[in-house]
Amino acid sequence: MIQAVGLRKQYGPTVALDGVDLRVREGEIYGVLGQSGAGKSTLLRCVNLLERPTAGTVTVAGQDLTALGDRELNRARQRIGMIHQHFALLSSRTVAGNVAFPLEVMGVPKAERARRVGELLELVGLEGRGGDRPHQLSGGQKQRVGIARALAGNPSVLLSDEATSALDPATTQSILALLKRLNTELGLTILLITHEMTVVKSVCDSVAIMSRGRVEESGGIAELIRTPGSRLTREIFPLPEPAPAGSVTLTFTGDPRQPVVSEVVRRFDVDLSILGGSIEDLAGGSAGRLRVALDGADADAALAYLRGTGLIVEAAGEAA
Amino acid sequence: MTWEEMLPLLWPATLETAQMVGWSTLFTALLGLPLGVALVVFDRGGLRPVPALKSALGFVVNIGRSLPFIVLMIAIIPFTRLVVGTTIGTAAFVVPLTVGAVPFFARLVETALREVGTDVVQAAQAMGASRAAVVRKVLLPEALPGLVAGLTVTVVALIGYSAMAGTLGGGGLGDLAVRYGYQRFETLLMIVTVVLLLVIVQLLQSLGDWVARRLSHK
Repeated sequence: MIQAVGLRKQYGPTVALDGVDLRVREGEIYGVLGQSGAGKSTLLRCVNLLERPTAGTVTVAGQDLTALGDRELNRARQRIGMIHQHFALLSSRTVAGNVAFPLEVMGVPKAERARRVGELLELVGLEGRGGDRPHQLSGGQKQRVGIARALAGNPSVLLSDEATSALDPATTQSILALLKRLNTELGLTILLITHEMTVVKSVCDSVAIMSRGRVEESGGIAELIRTPGSRLTREIFPLPEPAPAGSVTLTFTGDPRQPVVSEVVRRFDVDLSILGGSIEDLAGGSAGRLRVALDGADADAALAYLRGTGLIVEAAGEAA
Repeated sequence: MTWEEMLPLLWPATLETAQMVGWSTLFTALLGLPLGVALVVFDRGGLRPVPALKSALGFVVNIGRSLPFIVLMIAIIPFTRLVVGTTIGTAAFVVPLTVGAVPFFARLVETALREVGTDVVQAAQAMGASRAAVVRKVLLPEALPGLVAGLTVTVVALIGYSAMAGTLGGGGLGDLAVRYGYQRFETLLMIVTVVLLLVIVQLLQSLGDWVARRLSHK
């Protein structure tokens, strides 16, 4: 749905994007995770060409945006929704007026606009608030207005620029739930950038981790968790690094109630102590990470058994 | 001087001032607004960056702003004659007043427009709004309270300029103050003129503040 190839963005001598490739499939929620200054905001703004990349191409819904002239680009942008960290609502307009803005830009007739604004406000749970001014709303409500506005042109793609970063945790969750619902109900493809792991954990199907203008790793979340040594796994399940000598780190996806540990202890002559671990509910199911120490005569056999069960087994001292 | 003697002098003079200021405010708004928009739009990082054009416009505006009004008024006498056919009387002084106030107001417009957040401008662009739509539907409406405040300051400045016009045959309250207060030592009339000006300026400023507040939804 969104494909960026070889994106570079330079501001004078500063390189903000250093050859980024991005591929977002239709209907998925794709998260770009990184610290501030990693280039994720520049990347997002290159997708709808608010920033023109120094080199590289951006294709959205089969259309190469970098090849378009002003007028065609504006038309293409009408089909790409965007929401912003600080909402970017017009204080000179009411809530309904803000949602109507993109419809005016598209030249939708007035009666049709009013009908559509009503629908959109209902969709985001703000029915009856059309006459309010943005400053009368809470942060979460403002972002709902932003979402309604972004959906006005029936976009196939929604870009989210740190949309929950200015919100408290409970409001963040409610906005994420709304985005997830729109993703499922409308089949909306969402590309979001964030510095918060919770956002990635709760809604994303895929993720790209950025650092210093480059994508360090990317892919489906479940797939990355199953990749030994992935940075995502280490960040989602923080365990003391480096792992102490002789310890074994087990990563599992799927049903967290597989009785692997008791099974090992029963079958082999080993003592198993748990050094640390956690389980997380992710958008695609749960996953967990457990660090244990195995002692006893059968330790090697137990390790081999664990590897056979489909868990990802990383023994400290081994190459990942 | 008695009230009966003063009133026939004060009333026409006030009307002349009102005419000069009224017309020149109208023309200043009509010319200064697009000029202020141009200063923002053509600037580096603006909607359509043409830095050379912006520098040229900025230079012209600065010339206009650096000339003392009384000098400007005299310097453009040929231009005034070209436009209105005469260089004395109330109508003639609308020209220098406008020429003097346009750069002033344009700078205030520029400042008000710069107050509009880049985030809303970019949000509009992300929605596919053309440059013209961004100016018309985002920049100007969002800056409206600031524009009204700027216009109020301009009107007050124009009242000040119009008093100087009086010394060169423009009529109005300034002319009255010169002829009666300065040349004939009519202290009472002078005091009344001062109070009248204070009240007019005060009322206009309050009106402008009130409108700006009503328009602001922050």
